[in-house]
Formats: sequence, structure tokens, C-alpha cells
Amino acid sequence: MKIGALAEIFPGENRVAMTPDSAQALAKLGHTSVIQAGAGTKAGFTDAAYQAAGVTVLPDAAAVVAAADVLVKVRGPEKAEAEALRNGQTLISFFWPAQNPELLEIVKARGATVVAMDMVPRISRAQKMDALSSMANIAGYRAVIEAGNNFGRFFTGQVTAAGKVPPAKVLVVGAGVAGLAAIGTSTSLGAITLAFDVRPEVAEQIESMGAEFVYLDFSEAQTDGAATGGYAAPSSPEFREAQLKKFRELAPQVDIVITTALIPGRPAPKLWTKDMVEMMKRGSVIVDLAAERGGNCDLTVPDEKIVTDNGVTIVGYTDFPSRMATQASTLYSTNIRHMLTDLTPKKDGVIDHNMEDDVIRGATVAKGGEITYPPPPPKIQAIAAQKPKEKAKELTPEEKRAQEKAAFAAQTKAQVTLLGIGTALILLVGYFAPSSFMSHFVVFMLACFVGFQVIWNVSHSLHTPLMAVTNAVSGIIILGALAQVGSTSVIITILAALSILIASINIVGGFLVTRRMLAMFQKS
Amino acid sequence: MDQLFEMGAHVGEPGIVIAAYVAAAVLFILCLGGLSGQESAKRAVWYGIAGMGLAVLAAVFSPGTGHLWIIALMLLVGAGIGSVLAKRVQMTEMPQLVAALHSFVGLAAVFIGFSTHIELARLADLMGLISDPQKAMEALMGSAEAAAKLQAQAEGLTGFALKLVQKTPLEVSILRVETFLGVFIGAVTFTGSVVAFGKLAGKVDGKAKKLPGGHMLNAGAAVLSLILLVVYVQTSAFWALALMTLAAFFIGYHLIMGIGGADMPVVVSMLNSYSGWAASAIGFSLGNDLLIVTGALVGSSGAILSYIMCKAMNRSFISVILGGFGGTTGPAMEVTGEQIAIDAEGVAAALNDADSVIIIPGYGMAVAQAQQSVSELTRKLRAKGKEVRFAIHPVAGRLPGHMNVLLAEAKVPYDIVLEMDEINEDFPNTDVAIVIGSNDIVNPAAQEDPNSPIAGMPVLECWKAKQVFVSKRGQGTGYSGIENPLFYKENTRMFYGDAKKSIDQLLPMIE
Repeated sequence: MKIGALAEIFPGENRVAMTPDSAQALAKLGHTSVIQAGAGTKAGFTDAAYQAAGVTVLPDAAAVVAAADVLVKVRGPEKAEAEALRNGQTLISFFWPAQNPELLEIVKARGATVVAMDMVPRISRAQKMDALSSMANIAGYRAVIEAGNNFGRFFTGQVTAAGKVPPAKVLVVGAGVAGLAAIGTSTSLGAITLAFDVRPEVAEQIESMGAEFVYLDFSEAQTDGAATGGYAAPSSPEFREAQLKKFRELAPQVDIVITTALIPGRPAPKLWTKDMVEMMKRGSVIVDLAAERGGNCDLTVPDEKIVTDNGVTIVGYTDFPSRMATQASTLYSTNIRHMLTDLTPKKDGVIDHNMEDDVIRGATVAKGGEITYPPPPPKIQAIAAQKPKEKAKELTPEEKRAQEKAAFAAQTKAQVTLLGIGTALILLVGYFAPSSFMSHFVVFMLACFVGFQVIWNVSHSLHTPLMAVTNAVSGIIILGALAQVGSTSVIITILAALSILIASINIVGGFLVTRRMLAMFQKS
Repeated sequence: MDQLFEMGAHVGEPGIVIAAYVAAAVLFILCLGGLSGQESAKRAVWYGIAGMGLAVLAAVFSPGTGHLWIIALMLLVGAGIGSVLAKRVQMTEMPQLVAALHSFVGLAAVFIGFSTHIELARLADLMGLISDPQKAMEALMGSAEAAAKLQAQAEGLTGFALKLVQKTPLEVSILRVETFLGVFIGAVTFTGSVVAFGKLAGKVDGKAKKLPGGHMLNAGAAVLSLILLVVYVQTSAFWALALMTLAAFFIGYHLIMGIGGADMPVVVSMLNSYSGWAASAIGFSLGNDLLIVTGALVGSSGAILSYIMCKAMNRSFISVILGGFGGTTGPAMEVTGEQIAIDAEGVAAALNDADSVIIIPGYGMAVAQAQQSVSELTRKLRAKGKEVRFAIHPVAGRLPGHMNVLLAEAKVPYDIVLEMDEINEDFPNTDVAIVIGSNDIVNPAAQEDPNSPIAGMPVLECWKAKQVFVSKRGQGTGYSGIENPLFYKENTRMFYGDAKKSIDQLLPMIE
């Protein structure tokens, strides 16, 4: 099949859906590639580079559409582009079918097939074609860079000859892919990073990236992200209040706020209110990654950078991935290539659009003159449900002391009870038994105590040698046999002799094998 | 007559023998205490050997020990067999050897107990006379012949028998109880160890098996033994002792038959404990303090080991002994996803990229005899400057500390072999975790699923590593029959095949 990449016509869009590298990989699947002239220029890929990779460069979009069986793009099609599709042609790009029903109708009328990269289900197998994640990753990284660009201080704290510089304090709201990428970038620049998310199960991920999770003092069971395919769900008004209260607390302290909170299919939740912006220090920066969907901050102006009256910069760009077009194109074209790999299972250059496959079915929004959006729920659940984790309650020192005291008292009680019972039992025995027995009994009890004390210290790795050596030592039973073997009774002599025989096997075998084992233990 | 009472004067052994026994007891304690570290352990064994030598010498040359040539012969033969066994045994066969040696102690205890009984029966007449001077006087006065016979018998008494005749009737009753107990514990230890040996050596099917009636049979046999004890103390009838021995043999057999493969570490340490208590009981019956002390040392050692093993499985000792896993409280969590297989190249590539590797060996490594290959892999990875460590779960293998010995045999330095508690926190910072032939000890269900039969058991949290490879023969479940969600985790890849072959495949690819 012929794969054709179109140049993006959306103003300011620098990315391209095919790179020379991805074209070479496509060739291995048996496909040939064409590209519109100049499509990759803004992303740093020249036409010559494409030609060197075996891609035919065609002069304009019409030529590409005419030549290709499969069109690849980054942004969803404009109306004109959609109308240019022909029957049986496949388009692979972002599409946002929920927001663009009229585009869907056009595609349906044209009889074309559309694979929407934004509809790839979130299951492990589909991670390699999850373009949303790869773009979000770039956005998160770039958000921190943009913030740094507009922030007048270092991220990392330094003590220099010219004075001490405090580290910047960064708050990341929403720990999705973009949020986590922002956390990683921010911590690696040396900032103190705090992060918040409504899904308590991501606390671990946040902490693993080196940030501190902002816990809310809120008891209501929070929705598990697993029920919503790993995305956040809208929260209750009480929860929202608790959240805003926490943010108000943090606002005067933080230097940089990066908000990434999005709820699927809804406008972005307002989390950073006007009064919070007013509480922030002069020179602080807010980067709102949700600007395209209305923004998490009240004051965000989409696609613009503004400075408030109190000197807080609010960055509302919506084209972060496009600002890193080379990197974004490399990742996106790889996602596209993986999608095509799944669509070409036999690697023979023939597209097999298997609608039974969860991933392909989920991503396909129109096919053969029919709209196939929304897809049925996938057969495999995206993420295993998590058990709500019991958060260890912080104990006050008094509580801790009281607890220790109670534990100590309980321990004392148990010990005293045991000792009491033990003493009573021994007294009982002593009342009936003659002193000759008791003298042996004392020895026995003492030996048990010594044994317990000594054995606890034995190192775990030496448990096998311990068993072998106690085996050898328990061959001491030979003493009994030695005492009896001199008897005048023949049968006793025979029994005792046999005992000596087997006990000496035990002794010699046990000690030798222990020595052999211990000799093997070597230090590196 | 006077002679008879005179004999009462020298109770027990001469002072020098007692002194030797005390020295031996101290040496044994030092020996066990020295096992706290790998280096001091090497010295500690010599303490044990010295103590044993001293004790045996003192016993052989104490007055009243006869038939020296028999002793010498038996010692020589026994030592010969023992040293051959110790030299020939494979390290993977250690559990069998240990079990076999336990059975010897049990059998010896039974023999010695029976000897005590026979000696006691033989001396019954004589002791009856001693305890009743009136009767003794009559017997001596009665006829010259009878008197001479008694005289001869009394003079013929040596060592052990001499000690017996000096006992009062109450002491004799206690002696019977002690002997009875010694034989009982010895018999249970003997058959139990023989069955354990059979299971470990693969000669008996390792699965838990019970006769119909289950634990009621054991309980019945135990109650019967208790009744027989009363009968025996009252009548000193031989049949009571013999019948009890049979009942005890049955208990040992049936108890261990009912316990399955992975519980073997507990079983072996429990039998270790029993063999100690048997020696101690025999010590009581013979009035030998060294036997009592040593038996108690061994007994408590085995008891602690059993406790540690049970703790490591989060199960009570009782539930292990009763066999099988405890009841679940609800349906187990469903495992979703698929097991994704990987080939040697994939594993090798991941290993070449990794900086830190943790290897988790289990019984499967021992079965496949893969320890040498694992060691070679470790050497290669370490030579490339990677951090390689081993994580050992307390119940990995079939014997406490089994994995440590196998790795030591393969020349893996012991300072990179770590315990569960030492290493569990390090998994999140580890690039690759390799699970070789273990299953239940790395099962996340123990933490995640409160309904799992192994819920609450401490496990190695290998799934927190960035990547996990599981070397396994097939898709089967572990000993406990529980599904392992680890195999379905996103960062887990299954490396199917015999452990040794799999690792050998890897070796040339690590460059």
C-alpha cells in the first residue's frame, strides 16, 4: 500500500506525521511512502532527507491524496481535507470524534475509513501507539521549560560566593502523563516539586518521580482511576472545597504552578482561582496545560502569555508539542508506524483492517460509509482495580508514647503470666517428684533457655549448617548406648551396639558435612 | 548384704567424667553460638567436634563400660559410613541427608529405651529385695544357694545396671515415664524422618496424603499411647511399651504423609527438634546430664527454626502440622491479563542494559541443578560492573537456608546473598529481577488479595522492579495451587523452560 503524509495546514502547527526513519520502517512492512513537498521542513526534516529514505516527494496535497491509499496526518482534517478523501481511503490522525460530529458525517458520506489516534484504548498492548501519551509527555517537559524561560531565578538551590539562592518550589496539579513528565523535568532541574492528583493511587508514581504528594485531609472514598480507564473523574463539591483550601494554603509558597488537570469529555476544571493568583509572589509563573479546554486557571487566555497586575506570568499556550516539532514528530510518527504495524499483521504491505482487534476497533471511528464511534467497551479492562490503600495515620508523640506504653504493658503481662504458669507447673512437678529428678530437671530447663538464647543469633543463611551440626550433636545419644553396651544381657548388648553404630554415623556424617558446607561460604 | 548397700555409695560417674561432660556441654553451646557468622562458624564446628570427642572418650573410659571391642568396631564402621555419606552427598540432596540423620537419632532412642526396659525387668527381683531389707534378709538367710546366686548377680552389675538398682520405687516409676516418653518421641521421629526422607528424595509422592479418618487417627493413636503409659507405669508390662511404639511409628508416618512439599522446611526443623527432645528424654531415663543438655539445645534449636519458618509463611505451627492451607474467606481476586513469554535474546538484552539485578532463586533452581549456571551468570554480570544480588525468602527450597548452601556451593559470595527483610525495599530501584523456580514466595496476592489463601504471608516484592523475568518450566501453579498475579503483571515476562538450560542459553549473550 502507499502511505502518504500531508503537510499540516493548521496555522502554527510544525509537526509532521512521517519522518525519514519511520518511512524506512514502513518500507519493511511492505509499504511505499509519499510525502507532500515541504511537509517536514518546520520539524527539521528536509525533502532531500525523505528522498534519501526512499520516499517519493509529491508537489502538493492533491497529488498525495490522489496517490496514497493511507493518509497520515497529525492534526485532525479540516473540512476541505475531509471532503477530499475518496471511497476506501484510510486516514490516520488525531480526530476527536466527540467534538467533531460534522466531520464524521463528511467522512461517512465520502466512504473513507478514519483511524483516530486519540481513540486508541488505554491498554498495555496499545501503549506503543498511544500518541496522546507521547504528546502529553512532550507537553509536560516543555511546560517546565516554558516556566523556566519566564521565571527569573534558578530552579536549583545554590550556595555561591555571591550569596545563597533558594531552590524554586514547583507545584504540579494533575499527575497524568504530562504531569509526571513535568514532575520528572522539574525535579531533575533541582526544584522542590510538590504534586497533587485526585486519584490517590498515583501517590506512589508521584513519589517515585521524586516529588512530594500533597495529601488532602479528606475522608470520602475517592474514585479509583481504574473505573475510568486511568483518567480522573469529576469530584464531589466537598472534595473540591478541600482541594481549593489546600491550594490556597500553598499559593503563597510556590514559585511555579503547572496545571494539567483534564477530565475526559468535559471542560477543564477550574482549580487555580483568581484569588490564588493574587496570593502568589511577584515573578511567579503559571503554565496551564489545559488552556485548550478552557484552562485550569481562571485567568488563563488560550494561546497567549499574559502578566497579571501582581506580576504573575500565566502561560496559556496550546501548542507545546508543536513547539518541539522535531521530537514530537519523531514520537508521533513512531506511534503511527506501530498502528500501521498492527494494521499490517502479515508484513506484506496489505492492510488488514481487523475490526475484531480491541485496539483497531477502538481507534476506528468511521469505516465503509458507517460511523463506528463510539466503540464497544474493550474486552480487556485497562487497568486492574486497586484496593484502597490504608494510609498510615500520622501519630502524635503522645499517642505514640501511649501506644508504646500499652505495648510494653501487654508484653509485661504476657511474660508475667507465662512465668507464673511455668513456675506453678514446676512447683507441681517438684511437689511430687524426688530431688534426683528435680536436679536433672533444673539442668534441662537451663539448657532450654541457653538454647533459645543462642539459636536466635544464628544467621539465616547458616540454617542448613545449623541443622546439620545439631544433627551431629544429637548423636550424643551414643552416650546412652555406651552406658548400656556393657550389660550382661546379650539382647541389650546387641541393641546398644546398633545404637552406637547409627549414632556414630550421625556424629561423623553430621560434622563432616557441616564442615564441607561451611568451607563453601566465601566472601567476595 | 553389706556389699549391696556399699554399692549405693558411689552414685553416678566419677568426678573426672562429670568434668568432661561439663566441658563438652560448654563446647556444644559455643558451637551453636558460633554459627552467628560465616567466619566464626568455621571455628565453631571444631568446638562441636572437640566436645563430642571428649564426651565419647569420657563415656568409653568411665568405669562400668564393657565390651570395648564391640564399641571400637561399631564406632569404626559408623564413622566410615558417616564420612562416605558426607563426602558423596550432593548439596541439592542436603534435605534428604538431614532427614535421614534425624531418623537415626530417633531409632537409637527407641533402642536405648527398650534396653532400659529390659535391664529394668531383669533387675526387678533384685531391686525388690533392696527396697525391702526384711525380704532381702529372708532371701539371704533362706538358703545358701539362693544367697550365693544373689551375691553373684549383685557383683555382676556394672555401670548402668548398678545405677538402676539404687533407685527407689518412686524413682523407678519416673524412670518408666521417662523411658516411655523417650521411646515415643524417638519412634515418631524415626518414621516421620523416614517418610520425610522419602518425600524429599522423590521416593514417596510429595503430595499431602492422608488415610481416611485424617487427624482423628493420629489423635486416636496419641490417646492410646497415653493410656498405655498409665498401664506401663503400673505394671511395667512389655506389651504396653511395644504397642505404644507401634502407635508412635504410625503417628510419625501418618503425620508427615499428610504434609506437602513446600511445608518441608517446617517438617524438617520440627523433626530436628523432636530428635533433640528424644535425646533429652533418654538423658533423663539414664540420669545423664550431658544428654539432657545437648538434647535440650538441639530441641530448642529445631523449635526456633520451625517458628521462623512458620512466621515466614504467616501460618501457625498447628496449621502446618495439620497440613494443607487454611480456609479462604471469599473468592480469590480474579487475575486478568495474559502471560507474555520472552526468549533468551530479550532477557539478555534487558540484562545488558540493566545496572542492578536481583535474582530470586527457589526450589526450581535446586531441581534443575541450575546453581552453577546462575553463579556463572552472576560472575559475568558482575564483571561488567553491574550490581547483582540474591534475595532469599526464608522458606525458599526444602530446608531452612537451603538456597544459601546451594549458592555457596556454586561459589556465589555470601555477602551478595541477602535476606528478604534486607532487600525488599530495594526492588523499586532495581532494573531487572529474575525469578528462578520460585512461585508462592513472590506472589503479590499475599499482599493484594485478602481472600488469598496466602494472604499476609511476607513475600519478596519483585514486581516493584522495573522488569521481572520469571524462569519457569510451564504455566502451572505453585505448590499451594494458587494463581500468581505476578505472571500477569505488565512488567513481567515469562521465560519458559528448564532453569539450567534457560540460563545456559543466556550466558553467551551477555557480553
